[in-house]
Amino acid sequence: MELGLSAFIIFFAAIFTNNILLTNFLGMCSFLAVSREVKSSLGLGFAVIFVMTCTSALNYLVYYHLLVPLGLEHFRFIVFIIVIAAFVQLVEMVIERSSPVLYVILGIFLPLITVNCAILGIALFMIIRNYTFLQSVAYGAGGGIGWTLAIVAMGGIRQKMRGAPVPKSLEGPGITLIIAGLMALAFIGFTGMIQIQ
Amino acid sequence: MATMKSRAIFVTGLWRENPVFRQILGICSALAVTNLLVNTLIMSLGLIFVTSMSNVTVSILRGVTPPRIRMMVQTLVIASYVIIVDITLKAYLPDISQALGPYVGLIITNCIIMGRCEAFARNNPVLPSLLDGIASGCGYAFVLLSVAFQGNAGLRNALRDEGHACSLDQLDDHGHGPGGILHAGDLHLGRSLFRPQGGEAGDGKVGDFDGTRAQRFHHILCRHLHQ
Repeated sequence: MELGLSAFIIFFAAIFTNNILLTNFLGMCSFLAVSREVKSSLGLGFAVIFVMTCTSALNYLVYYHLLVPLGLEHFRFIVFIIVIAAFVQLVEMVIERSSPVLYVILGIFLPLITVNCAILGIALFMIIRNYTFLQSVAYGAGGGIGWTLAIVAMGGIRQKMRGAPVPKSLEGPGITLIIAGLMALAFIGFTGMIQIQ
Repeated sequence: MATMKSRAIFVTGLWRENPVFRQILGICSALAVTNLLVNTLIMSLGLIFVTSMSNVTVSILRGVTPPRIRMMVQTLVIASYVIIVDITLKAYLPDISQALGPYVGLIITNCIIMGRCEAFARNNPVLPSLLDGIASGCGYAFVLLSVAFQGNAGLRNALRDEGHACSLDQLDDHGHGPGGILHAGDLHLGRSLFRPQGGEAGDGKVGDFDGTRAQRFHHILCRHLHQ
């Protein structure tokens, strides 16, 4: 990793060149399951952006101010997953009480997020790459936006595809995976602009 | 009777309800770690270990776990086993541990494991749970290894045949990933051709699944993409 890589560059790299979904293949399960139409993809996308940004900050603080001083780095998997699950639960309760509108938009997607590997992936990547706090938050936000970009695009494509004749043996997951592959190829076009790791 | 049942569990996990193909679980890591056959093998072994052991543990604890917090319990059980895998890899295979990076940790969120705990181990005794875990893990390993194998060989050949200027190093950097997804799609195609009720073409003969059709289709795709 280049030293002095600013948070700004990481933010854009996480959206385009190092898209967490299309270059690291994280969060595929919900990507394939929820991307039937744009509306639901957008809802899940916003929930992911929010949770990813906040948990990357939280996990950073927990890791460097709690686990490292105590020498418990190996327990980071357990701790990260607990932080994420607890945060999602908390957000769900707060939203339910404070903003019914937001709850209708995000509510059903929040429980899905705990097991979204992209969230845990972001936390693990930022530790491995030795990001600073600001860089981690930028990486989390960028990763969330990148993920949303991909899933909304996928939702749009699948919505359009409803009227298209798909070979019978390719229906369902087969064609979805192939579309995802084509999208990932398209995103290769961005590589080379900026590169993180 | 007992052997019949365990065989049924095995066939179900390995093929009939193959977690990656039939249930579309655990796709993330299936795509990410299939760049090198060795990495894939280690990852698969790790997953088989975690799936079977956490299935056993969840099954042992099934009487005492309050249903409300069972997800949390399962996650913690899985995470503990993943930590064991991670530490072991770091100690004995540091190179591979480095190459796999965060993906070892991401076994935790691999939905296959949680899915098996939730669907099987929660309601079944210990031994069948162990078998079920091993079978699902092997099903995953089988798909991963085939994707890795094809990904290494197929994509390169396809591009080389076309006399494409892209060097192999470049391919390793850029071409592998999307190729992996395409391969997964292809394999899915092959899989549905094989299944009698899956597609119109499959007549249920084993010979159907030789991957040639999928492969040809894939080559056509590659040709278009890289022109």
